[in-house]
Amino acid sequence: MRNFILRRVFLGIFITFFGAMIIYTFIRMLPTSYVETIARQRAENPLSTKTYQEWLDQLNEIYGLDIGIVPGFLGWAKNAVQGNFGDSWHFGIPVTEKFKQVIWYSIIINIITLIVEVALSIPLGILAARKQYSKTDYSITVFALMGISLPTFFLATILKYVFSIKLGWFDLYGLTGRFFSSMTPTEQMVDIGYHMVLPIVTLMMLSVGGLMRYTRTNMLEVLNSDYIRTARAKGLPEKVVINKHAFRNTLIPLVSYMSYLLPAMFGGSLITETLFQIPGIGFVSFEAITRGDIPFAMFYATFMILLSQVSLIVADIMYAVVDPRVRAN
Amino acid sequence: MIDANKPTEEVEQEVVQKSPDAEEMQLDDARRVKVLSPGMLVFKRFIRNSLAVVGFTILLFMFIFSFLGPIFSPYGQTEVFKGVGTMTKEFAGAIYNKELRYTVADGESFGSAERAQFLLAMGKNEETFKVGDAIYYFVSEDEGIYRILQLDPVAEELLGKVHPLGDATLSDAFIDATQAAIDAKLGVFELDGVTYRITQNKKAWQISTEHDVALAILTVYDAFNEADAETVASYDFKLASSRAFVAQEDQFVVGGDTYTVQYDDAQTTIFNDAGAEFAVVSGIIVNPIDQSLFLSVDFKAAVREAIGNKEKEFAFQEANGETTEYTIVRVIDTYNIKRETSTELIRTYESPSVGHPLGLDNNGMDMMTRLMYGGRVSLMVGFVVIFLEVAIGIVIGGISGYFGGNVDTALMRFVDLFNSIPFYPVVLIFGSVMDALEVLPMVRIFLLMGILGVLGWTGVARVVRGQILSLREQDFMVAAEATGIRTSRRIFKHLVPNVMPLLIVQATAGLGGIIITEATLGFLGLGIKYPLASWGSIINTASDAFVMTNYWFMWIPAGMLILLTVLGFNFVGDGLRDAYDPKMQR
Repeated sequence: MRNFILRRVFLGIFITFFGAMIIYTFIRMLPTSYVETIARQRAENPLSTKTYQEWLDQLNEIYGLDIGIVPGFLGWAKNAVQGNFGDSWHFGIPVTEKFKQVIWYSIIINIITLIVEVALSIPLGILAARKQYSKTDYSITVFALMGISLPTFFLATILKYVFSIKLGWFDLYGLTGRFFSSMTPTEQMVDIGYHMVLPIVTLMMLSVGGLMRYTRTNMLEVLNSDYIRTARAKGLPEKVVINKHAFRNTLIPLVSYMSYLLPAMFGGSLITETLFQIPGIGFVSFEAITRGDIPFAMFYATFMILLSQVSLIVADIMYAVVDPRVRAN
Repeated sequence: MIDANKPTEEVEQEVVQKSPDAEEMQLDDARRVKVLSPGMLVFKRFIRNSLAVVGFTILLFMFIFSFLGPIFSPYGQTEVFKGVGTMTKEFAGAIYNKELRYTVADGESFGSAERAQFLLAMGKNEETFKVGDAIYYFVSEDEGIYRILQLDPVAEELLGKVHPLGDATLSDAFIDATQAAIDAKLGVFELDGVTYRITQNKKAWQISTEHDVALAILTVYDAFNEADAETVASYDFKLASSRAFVAQEDQFVVGGDTYTVQYDDAQTTIFNDAGAEFAVVSGIIVNPIDQSLFLSVDFKAAVREAIGNKEKEFAFQEANGETTEYTIVRVIDTYNIKRETSTELIRTYESPSVGHPLGLDNNGMDMMTRLMYGGRVSLMVGFVVIFLEVAIGIVIGGISGYFGGNVDTALMRFVDLFNSIPFYPVVLIFGSVMDALEVLPMVRIFLLMGILGVLGWTGVARVVRGQILSLREQDFMVAAEATGIRTSRRIFKHLVPNVMPLLIVQATAGLGGIIITEATLGFLGLGIKYPLASWGSIINTASDAFVMTNYWFMWIPAGMLILLTVLGFNFVGDGLRDAYDPKMQR
């Protein structure tokens, strides 16, 4: 088991390294004129404290743009390992500092979404599986497919239209209300929470469908297996059969699904945060990337790769936790 | 798509309903069982699934809508609709006059220095003011009407004695009258029909004759006939008429002509002897916004009448006989007179009508037609991308699964690597670079297809590899190997076709995801660009909260089309999976 985890961690590092290298190569293949244009634009920005040449030099220093791709990347990686990702072009402060400022909003939104999602989709998925081909099953399936088929922006626009414009319950954009600065700390917390409602509902409605279908499929597989028939034959109450014998076994594939969920949520919240202008990591990255902020783009991409690798490793370990058979091998 | 010889396909048998009068049949009677081909079986199972049929119908509709629709649409993709619309333009301005206007008498001058001194004196409540050697005196006839006179000193009284100024000789009668007036502290006296005015100059009293210089009034005069303009603007006319107005007289005489006066709220009309309209006098100034325009007196009179009656709008008959509607908007103490003028406008955001069932968009293009062409782009992007993904996935997955071992490990690590590349950051960088380089819209579509395909093939490769790993151990592969055919032929001719059904299922379900991705990029403004359209870029206009609130037809139809299409692909994908893999059912 330990060997397996070690091998897995090693693979994770390997993939992170080469993944970052691919992103780096991709960015290096951008036309030079584009990089120079951006450097010039940044230098002309009144907030910028650096001249065009300084921006270009800094870029060259961190990304090694004047040397080959491989040595350039190694130079960047050396800095990155030490936690130095350079200064963001768009925000004018170190990338890691901006990251620390905004990451908490994303984490809070995604954790709440995950809790609501699991609490909703797993019971509904089980319900659909138990009453397969019933009206309940069909309506749950259609609802789940609707959630999967809805583009984020369309759902968000509909929610805004109904709840912000027609009913006037929520603000259209942003994380804080108009009188935020004159509020007490408790009121500020409530205000931020209130502004997070629509983004969380959006994320939840989009992800519930997938997890629900996954739960249903796995539950169906388990319910058709022999040991469930045995449990029923023993005369166990249906509640025990479902909760103890069936559900625990559906957990195993669910764990692997959850591992894909973690990076997908951070990637997906890029769109949702942008639509609601929640200043989390997604919206900030969107702003930075669309404005050609290469240091931030490099950092965000590397962060995403690392996140997906970590979640895969965690999923592998979780397999061992939930499945004694894996532990034994 | 399914070959009956495939060993993995099961053959399902269906029992033909026995009719009671049919002759007894043996169990193995060939007529008793009806053997269906695997393709037919899949088809039968597919059409039994009502959701899948609904999905298929939706997709069929979408394809007809997108690919045949434009042929029947009477409009072009980028046809801009213009119409003659009316725009309210500011035409004239009116204001209650607050500045005195000066009318100078014949042969006199009253320049800016004199005017300034006059205003100063008025402010200090003094009756006289001096400019150089000249002494002026003014009389307030009424509020806003000041008659300004110049004094010509003729004599001076100092310590009880009257001295002539200049070489004039003074009559005794004049001296007596002067003394009497000064003793009685009168400012003015009259002698032999001449008015003399007494003013103080230091310790001396000055006795002067007076003559009219200018008239300062708040009202403005407009003559009805160009020919009368000079008469109307003359000092005598204004003085006489002003005095008549103050006294509210119905008539006054200037230069032997008699004029009749008619009073209204906002203006006073003067008629000449013949009873014709002669001039209009008012405290309201009306000026055209466009200085090159000349406003007729009638128009000004109409404006004043409307303002006097506190009307919001009025109609005026132009010189050519047409009647135009004007509206009056009051801003503090100025009145803006606006006129509806017709101009050629692009009919943006026009509500749905018979000619345009979904209205016109922000560029004045027919929404329905844009949706049809947008559907073409969205569906085509979906199909090209999925084709790319499947092509790359089959090659990598096929090689990986067939050879196994080190090749498999290496290729699978490569797949892991590609799978780890975060999608949105890369696509966003790509989009902003294309923006910076101003790539042509058509080229952009192909580049977008390429990047989506390159980023998305890993899932297909994994499925193909997994399937081939198990298939290559089967007997038919041993047979294929025994025939000694090439490896590439073994992979792509014998193994890959067996994976096809699963791939079709995967591809169908994946199409929906690609359409969503393309639409999302379009919505963020990084996908398809104007003048081409895709469903996502059509909704892009709804990111403006105003458009979203007021023009539902700008975003709801496009959103519903995306939703229905993706739903259709998902239903069909689900249905196909169930049809190919009946083990999952019951």
